[in-house]
Amino acid sequence: MTIAPLVLVDNLSCVFDVSKPWLERKIQGLPRQLLVAAANITFSIGRNETFGLVGESGSGKSTVARMVVGLIQPTSGDVVIDGISMSDRAHLVRRQKFRRRIQMVFQDPYASLDPRWRVFAIIAEPIRAFDLADGKAAIQARVGELLRLVGLDPADGRKYSHEFSGGQRQRIAIARALASQPDFVVCDEPTSALDVSVQAQVLNLMSDLQDRLGLTYLLISHNLAVVRHMATRVGVMYLGRIVEIAKSEELFHKPLHPYTRMLLDAVPQLDVTGTRRNPIEGEIPNPLDPPKGCPFHPRCPHAYERCRVEQPQLIVRGSSAVSCHAIEDGRI
Amino acid sequence: MTDFVLSVRNLRVEFPNRHGTLVAVNDVSFDIARGEVLGVVGETGAGKSLTANAIIGLLEPPGRIANGEVRLDGERIDQLSPEAMRRIRGKRIGMVFQDPLTSLNPLYRIGAQLIETISVHTNYQGAQARRRAIALLNEVGLPAAEERIDNYPHQFSGGMRQRVVVALALAADPELLIADEPTTALDVSVQAQIISLLKRLCRERGTAVMLITHDMGVIAETADRMAVMYAGRIVEIGSVRDVITKPLHPYSVGLMNSIPRLDSDLETLAQIPGSMPRPGSIPSGCAFRSRCQSAFAPCATLRPELMTRGASKVACWLYGDAPASGEAAQ
Repeated sequence: MTIAPLVLVDNLSCVFDVSKPWLERKIQGLPRQLLVAAANITFSIGRNETFGLVGESGSGKSTVARMVVGLIQPTSGDVVIDGISMSDRAHLVRRQKFRRRIQMVFQDPYASLDPRWRVFAIIAEPIRAFDLADGKAAIQARVGELLRLVGLDPADGRKYSHEFSGGQRQRIAIARALASQPDFVVCDEPTSALDVSVQAQVLNLMSDLQDRLGLTYLLISHNLAVVRHMATRVGVMYLGRIVEIAKSEELFHKPLHPYTRMLLDAVPQLDVTGTRRNPIEGEIPNPLDPPKGCPFHPRCPHAYERCRVEQPQLIVRGSSAVSCHAIEDGRI
Repeated sequence: MTDFVLSVRNLRVEFPNRHGTLVAVNDVSFDIARGEVLGVVGETGAGKSLTANAIIGLLEPPGRIANGEVRLDGERIDQLSPEAMRRIRGKRIGMVFQDPLTSLNPLYRIGAQLIETISVHTNYQGAQARRRAIALLNEVGLPAAEERIDNYPHQFSGGMRQRVVVALALAADPELLIADEPTTALDVSVQAQIISLLKRLCRERGTAVMLITHDMGVIAETADRMAVMYAGRIVEIGSVRDVITKPLHPYSVGLMNSIPRLDSDLETLAQIPGSMPRPGSIPSGCAFRSRCQSAFAPCATLRPELMTRGASKVACWLYGDAPASGEAAQ
């Protein structure tokens, strides 16, 4: 019997209605247009684990992150965190208190910090909102402690965010996320706005904080090397669906789904061997008009008849799961 | 002398302001031969893009070239009038920028933009120019070029737009192509397509390329030589293989080790402590010394020049005879 996972994402879907206004639609005889941003997403994250979610832009990674923290209402499905359902009305009161334990770090530290607030006020806000410290002195001490935790100086609290570099701002964003003492932090592309040498600093800080505070991460990134470095398990998304979930080592050593293989093959390598990679043709299709059957079939080298008509299901094999007809039928 | 398509010597770019002068690019020298791809890497603010803008004469005032020279095929271009520079840009120097959406005019069909470039810079006119535009679009791998030439930029995906930008840059068969972060805004699968496209076209035409990026993987796959920039200077320049597998400068070493790799399971990434000094607060001596673990006496007072070490050049006292500390004091 394994320990119950901290986060359980259960059959989560998100459909955006992007139709034209009703009158325009009636006059021009247009149909309703629905954009399926995420469909039937299911995964779980164990305590102290880092679950990575990778995919190209438009694959629905950020939509999933936002549904998990509750910034977007899912169309269907549920997120259960530590046994508490995020959609069940019965849990309403408990849930509000519970929010403290989930935090998020956003991609762009230039946009996620209020330029008119001093760093102290930014970090103190969650402490005040959740009543985690009594009195000015206690709040001040706590903010100082948080700033030290992320490698900044408590005196930096008096400055405004524009006085800091990108890497330092991301540290401030992490300090704010940690201010409410969360167990679970959702990081949406935490380092993609940063330079590589600064990225290394932020990633090391995140691992270090995970060890010290026992955090659980959901890490969203399009950078496969970053996900490989950080995550214990990885989900690969394509056009709003998870096409493969596996342990990190397995996924990167033995990718199963043709899309995962293609992604790994497309990353420029540093080894200077001069080996030519075979770039895959095409781009991610328009999510408003997704291909029938398997969404990846127009770009897939292994596609055959069944892929064009029938949508593959995520099939569990051992510790991993993959949705591909060709693998199911033993063709690859 | 004319072996090199582009020769930059002792380039210095300054931004005068009311507190004094900020030196953003200092003493940068490099050459690019015909058909060669030179990769330029460095952090934000290291002066990569400013070097490129200085070469093509697109420095935003008050920025100006304070010293040094830029030669295209042996002919000085840094002192030309804006009018003469305009005739060189697009014709003899092609440019590809980071964001394909901002480099195309959203109000014009891509065909109109291509035909304009072709008829301004080459002898093709009218229907001939249009045929040439279609041929170019075919060459960069745009499907159904004949129909899509009359589409607007917003009707294309990011990767296809960047292909159109590449077609625009190569429209007049330039000798030199400056690509400033050409794949940064694109997804990995599309990035691979654009890189192989750039490589193929430049090999076929013998175009020299200056490829600016912060993605070391892109450089490793595309470039022949690479230059590492730090705080406005080139700190190391050499063949891609040498710099990536055997970096010499402590900054290059730190940079290579801080990249998470797909093929290794390191517990922690090596990190360079601190951050790059901003222009205006660059310390005396070596600009990297406060972050460098091997810094020793001469680093504090004397700025290292590029010194030849094997096939590379590196600006670090570890690899040259530093003058004795007595001399340094003078």
